[in-house]
Amino acid sequence: MSGPRVIVVGTGPAGVRAAQALVEAGVRPIVVDEGNRAGGQVYRRQPEGFKRDYATLYGSEAAKAQALHRDFDALRDRIDYRGDTLAWNVSAQQLHTVHPASGETHDIDFDALIVCAGATDRLMPVTGWNQAGCYSLGASQIALKAQACAIGSRVVFMGSGPLLYLVASQYVKAGAKVEAVLDTSPAMPPLAALRGLLSRPQLLWRGLQLQAMLKRAGVALLKGITPVRIDSTPEQGVTGVTVRDARGRTRLFAADAVGLGWHLRAESQLADLARCEFEFEPLSRQWLPRIDEDGRSSTAGVYLAGDGVRILGADGAEAAGRLAALAALHDLQQGSERYQAEQGPLRATLATMDRFRQGLLLAFPWPHQQAAALPDEAVVCRCEAVSAGELRRCVRELGSQEVNRAKAFSRVGMGRCQGRFCGHGAAEVIAAEARIPIASVGRIRGQAPVKPIMMSTQEVAQ
Amino acid sequence: MSAASFPAPGARFVRLAETGRPAVRLSIDGQAVTAMQGDTLLVAVLSHQRSLRRSEFGDGARAGFCLMGACQDCWVWTESGQRLRACSTPAAEGMAVRTTPPASHWPVTPDLQMVQGREL
Repeated sequence: MSGPRVIVVGTGPAGVRAAQALVEAGVRPIVVDEGNRAGGQVYRRQPEGFKRDYATLYGSEAAKAQALHRDFDALRDRIDYRGDTLAWNVSAQQLHTVHPASGETHDIDFDALIVCAGATDRLMPVTGWNQAGCYSLGASQIALKAQACAIGSRVVFMGSGPLLYLVASQYVKAGAKVEAVLDTSPAMPPLAALRGLLSRPQLLWRGLQLQAMLKRAGVALLKGITPVRIDSTPEQGVTGVTVRDARGRTRLFAADAVGLGWHLRAESQLADLARCEFEFEPLSRQWLPRIDEDGRSSTAGVYLAGDGVRILGADGAEAAGRLAALAALHDLQQGSERYQAEQGPLRATLATMDRFRQGLLLAFPWPHQQAAALPDEAVVCRCEAVSAGELRRCVRELGSQEVNRAKAFSRVGMGRCQGRFCGHGAAEVIAAEARIPIASVGRIRGQAPVKPIMMSTQEVAQ
Repeated sequence: MSAASFPAPGARFVRLAETGRPAVRLSIDGQAVTAMQGDTLLVAVLSHQRSLRRSEFGDGARAGFCLMGACQDCWVWTESGQRLRACSTPAAEGMAVRTTPPASHWPVTPDLQMVQGREL
């Protein structure tokens, strides 16, 4: 086959729009999808045989979900689609994939790699969050969207950010029993937050409507709470959630399931393995791959788009995916007309989304101070049940002031999730214990394979 | 045979809709149960019981966490010892899963089979 070799990883909003832009330019990209039905997590499709319509599944975003699915389905014959396939490593100009069901591996050479790996929930440890019945907010939503289930018969949602209210309202609409929505952010956001939020007034309005809907439905809605613990018994798992409310009173909410989350974190492991440079973002207190306005990373030929690099949400991901693909086409000398025509408007769209993102982060801040207050017996690493006390001991006695060093001594971040869910909380625990700025703690380095694969997986020369 | 449309006693997950799907029969730790076509293994198990497995590190039962294939908290095993990620594995007719890894031997994973094959 002639023409440039372009790979897109991911088929969420960014990946689909990137693939579409490539096809429009006459390129036939390889599209690697860990799932098999496209849509990403945000527009995740329900399995065959389910009957709920788009409006029920995606609410106000139904038209966008339907358009993304339709456009992807129309691309299927014009791309080299690799479903149920994990991109597990990147080396110089080569992507390594495995089809876990068959064990089939491929080492694929590329001229351009567009990584649209998406995001997971961002978690701050809470005492008891390792007990059965604790889920991420994203998980709570997937249970409903993809399986028509609630995570429990009496559910509490705790955390902060837009997903907290969205998931809670989706549960109420679907007929689930929501006991409480517990937000760690204060009731009155700072003025600077409003400036950002007003850059997308419809979204701000929709957020306020969701909160009003929850109140009308009789759901307890508390702001400015401090999580104390998730209560549980060995037989039942979760039995309730204890918090301190904004006035310092202890409140207990009985529940058999909890959905937890504070915004999202980027799946940036492939970018890391491709040796892309990262930079610290003070507002969200995390390290993210550095990209230019159009999605070029610091590694030639590697482009990053969507929530896997900047958490701008689904609309932002669609714009970023398209822009990154147009930039790649331009760099590969496959035509610059579309790039030049669309670059301005797409950049402007992304800038608006970024102002909104900053507003969200100011209104619903990452509660880093919770890490310092976490009791020593609380589990930080769910995979291997490593406590905050053990992590702090490594900081104090072994001088582990950098997160990878602390990982080596404490095993926090070394388990099955590879630090996806404990990494940010652990960094805050270390920073608080060592009394150093969070930026200097660093970030857990991405390691291949980015997810567990069979030890028999062998690289095969193509 | 139609699948139950109400939460079974002791179930963790509650079905809210899509309850008219055909039933699939599988076994969990040797117990015959009924799930629905389109269920993930995670939903099939948690619509009958409260957990998927026990933590190897002694801190109690686990029932999955992220449901998107990122946390690996939901591993269960086939009768032959193969590991399955329950949140991304569809439940299928006749499946037999265990919530504990086989106790008497290492799981017969493809890698172990390969090693054994070399040693014979």
